[in-house]
Amino acid sequence: MREALEGSQAIARAVALTKPEVIAAYPITPQTHIVENLSKLVADGKLKAEYVSVESEFSAASVVLGAAAAGARAYTASASQGILLMSEVMYNISGLRVPLVMTIANRAVGGPINIWNDQSDTMAVRDAGWIQLHCISNQEAVDTTIQAFRLAQETGLPVAVNMDGFVLTHTMEVIDMPSQEEVDAFLPPFEFADALDPERPRSMGTLVDPNFFPEVRHSHHAAMGKALARIEEIDKAYKKVVGRASGGLLTVEGDKKAKVGILAMGSVVGTMMAGLEDFKDEVGAARIIKLRSFRPFPAKALRAAVKGLDKLVVIDRAISPGLGGVLGTEVSAVLSTLKNAPKVYNYALGLGGRDIPETMYRDLLTTIEDKKAPRFAVFDADLDKLAPEDR
Amino acid sequence: MIEYRIHGRGGQGSVAAAYLLAAAAFEAGYTCQAFPAFGAERRGAPVMAFVRVDKKPILLRSQVRTPDYMVVQDDTLLIDPNLANGLKPEGAMLINSRKPTEYFAERFSQRVIAFPATELAVAAIGRPIPNTALLAALLALTETVPQSALADALRGRFHGAVLDKNLALIETAAKAVEAGAWKEVAHA
Repeated sequence: MREALEGSQAIARAVALTKPEVIAAYPITPQTHIVENLSKLVADGKLKAEYVSVESEFSAASVVLGAAAAGARAYTASASQGILLMSEVMYNISGLRVPLVMTIANRAVGGPINIWNDQSDTMAVRDAGWIQLHCISNQEAVDTTIQAFRLAQETGLPVAVNMDGFVLTHTMEVIDMPSQEEVDAFLPPFEFADALDPERPRSMGTLVDPNFFPEVRHSHHAAMGKALARIEEIDKAYKKVVGRASGGLLTVEGDKKAKVGILAMGSVVGTMMAGLEDFKDEVGAARIIKLRSFRPFPAKALRAAVKGLDKLVVIDRAISPGLGGVLGTEVSAVLSTLKNAPKVYNYALGLGGRDIPETMYRDLLTTIEDKKAPRFAVFDADLDKLAPEDR
Repeated sequence: MIEYRIHGRGGQGSVAAAYLLAAAAFEAGYTCQAFPAFGAERRGAPVMAFVRVDKKPILLRSQVRTPDYMVVQDDTLLIDPNLANGLKPEGAMLINSRKPTEYFAERFSQRVIAFPATELAVAAIGRPIPNTALLAALLALTETVPQSALADALRGRFHGAVLDKNLALIETAAKAVEAGAWKEVAHA
């Protein structure tokens, strides 16, 4: 049913539709409204789940790890410093191959302290071995959250659903909530073949010595590779039941024949699409590549998506100081095997919540017309604000 | 697309007003988007909230820089000379104030109306929260969304005595301005 809903409230309701058995979370801006709403659904008796209030994100992640290992459908959510505090447990969750779902309400990582949106938090756990999906709207966040539970149990891997903090979590917009019947038809009850069971005693998380550690990592990497197809299949299966897909691994929008492209993840894709409508007569229409799956990284699909492009702007909503953009670097790496790879311009935008206006579309395309355009920049940094020696 | 920017102080319900306006637009059959500009959230601090209303899906996620309409919930915020920056030349601004419209009008080339929403709110609900009275007046002036849709949005958010008092308040507030006076400013 179509409703005008705040993003966080919609996510709480989407999680409830998946009938989780254990939820553990520690509130942190801008994730707070999601877990507040879930806590209320449980307290009001509308959701029959164990809601565990914990004293830190480390514990939240540990509780859902234990719950899922015991065979329960488990969910948590966090952001920013909370994700960093969870990170040790995140490696354990994926390393022990425990399937569960987490929402990351993307926020900058301090210091300096900053509560606003960018994607530094999810980039900081890039190598934690989780599936990481990105959403451009609250509709996609709702649909992807429901899909994530099926993806987790079919792949045996934990799934992080990224949604931009404030920009999505605190935005009310029209969202078509699937019905309980649709979600039940799409999502089978939680089954975890390797769950701990007193009738079948076994150990989980034992010491793995050098005799087996490379094989464990290889199989984790292989499982992520296999997840690529599952992400697409599950998105299609969801469309069959609910009537709407969320964009598989990636989708190509805008002018598919354009020679210039923009690649991004998250809500900035919407702003670029709005910019394209407003400025196509002035600077031309670009091909816009909406990357949904950051992990596993869809190298093959990316190579196909850039075919025919001369130039590609990759927007990063985070920075790796001393390198540049992580997404841009990874895109360049996978395109390096192409004969006619587009020239990649990697620009970090909107760090720490700097507003990204639709004129950014025009500014990006205008900048790369210049032969001397930088290959990496914190694009919207106002260097006049810095002392000359810091520029 | 119609874009609105609401200015207020923490505690005046600016974010709630944005959500109510968006919900009312949705009730009237439009697509909508409402979100706050979060800063230091504390009582009395200046806050902003944004609303977009359109007939087609809204892709843009940036803050509203060039609003068609502005609502100023507290006239002391106008001490900031840049508060109305970006307001479209043909746009209009509704200011919650006991001062006469003329007091503000000469400062702005756009249309301005001063409206004593706090007084109406105190009389109707017993609390100085001007947001629903301002919304009702804005919708009456612009006729962008019918009053019945605002009433529906209120029913979705409030219950009991708070709802009844607010329903009475929006009826009074809507009648206190000239219906359709800002009708031609923008259309979704």
